Amino acid sequence: MRGMSKIVRTITNILYSFIIIFGFYIIMHGHLTPGGGFQGGAVVASAFALLVVSYGALKIKDMLKAKNFSVSECSGLLAFIGLGFLGIGTVFFYNFLAGKGGLFGNVIYGINPGDLNTAGVLPLMNIAVGIEVLSGLTLIILYMFNANNPKEEK
Amino acid sequence: MIYNFPFIAAVILIGLGVYACMFKRNLIKIVIGISLIESGVNLFLITLGYRKGVAPIYTNAPSGASMVLPTPQALTLTSIVIGVATTALMLSFVMTIYKHYKTLDARKARRLKG
Amino acid sequence: MNKKIGFFAFAVVFVFFFLSAVYLHPFGEPSETDMDDYFIDNGQNETGANNVVTSIVFDYRGYDTLGEATVLFTAVAGVAVAFRRLKK
Repeated sequence: MRGMSKIVRTITNILYSFIIIFGFYIIMHGHLTPGGGFQGGAVVASAFALLVVSYGALKIKDMLKAKNFSVSECSGLLAFIGLGFLGIGTVFFYNFLAGKGGLFGNVIYGINPGDLNTAGVLPLMNIAVGIEVLSGLTLIILYMFNANNPKEEK
Repeated sequence: MIYNFPFIAAVILIGLGVYACMFKRNLIKIVIGISLIESGVNLFLITLGYRKGVAPIYTNAPSGASMVLPTPQALTLTSIVIGVATTALMLSFVMTIYKHYKTLDARKARRLKG
Repeated sequence: MNKKIGFFAFAVVFVFFFLSAVYLHPFGEPSETDMDDYFIDNGQNETGANNVVTSIVFDYRGYDTLGEATVLFTAVAGVAVAFRRLKK
């Protein structure tokens, strides 16, 4: 597939970094505001989809490699399962960091303006699931784009 | 009856999806019908857990307000991502079928070809 | 003839869905809310998260999310298999 016009490419160059930063903001604040790993990962994947659509599959092949996204997807899923196994001393998926005062260990009751250093293991799980979702959706887009031009697959 | 309008909207979405799955021959239209059924089920789950209140988040929440039920929202959250994944899988199979048979008709794409 | 039977079955199922939606409990008044009230009251003490939905997704119902992540992984693997390059 060929890329789109110069106007679309210029707007993409301006916008995609902001979209990626907004997606990571949604992932990081998943335990305080509406959002989380799934939604933030979908936003970041939409930024990569914008890159693929505007530049075409040929030019993007050097920038977004499918192998790197495959590795990051597997590592995200393994990190999620590993975080579940770290609480195996009590039960599977036990929240072992909440309320201990260390990393993500603060506890605030009632209505508050929001503290990022709370909620125990939930932000780490948000990050793991966010990495998995963003690489998975980007992989689907890359495979579907590369399937359209059989000559360029080598 | 008019107060139950969100349930009726979900039922109409599900009915349109079932109609598209039953009476259409085009594979893309069948995939669209399955996506409509997904949207209807998600809307039904969300409306099932609604009561007058704010979103179940304590960050800067108005004091004294009741909150909507959080469990249907959590289940719908996972359901949406599963819906996206299965829709991508179905569309990729449709693309493979079109490459192999050169048609999208569900009736013609049944011959065993090598 | 076959299509007529299909239309009849579809009409029966649709009328059943429609009547069950009309005679469900009134919109805005859920019938059983004990579990959700427990989550809203105690979720912040037990997990420390302000967002009750996130604490349900990742803590109370973590198995659900684990299965969901596995389904997403399997779907991506299926797309990769469907578009794999065949050896000439």
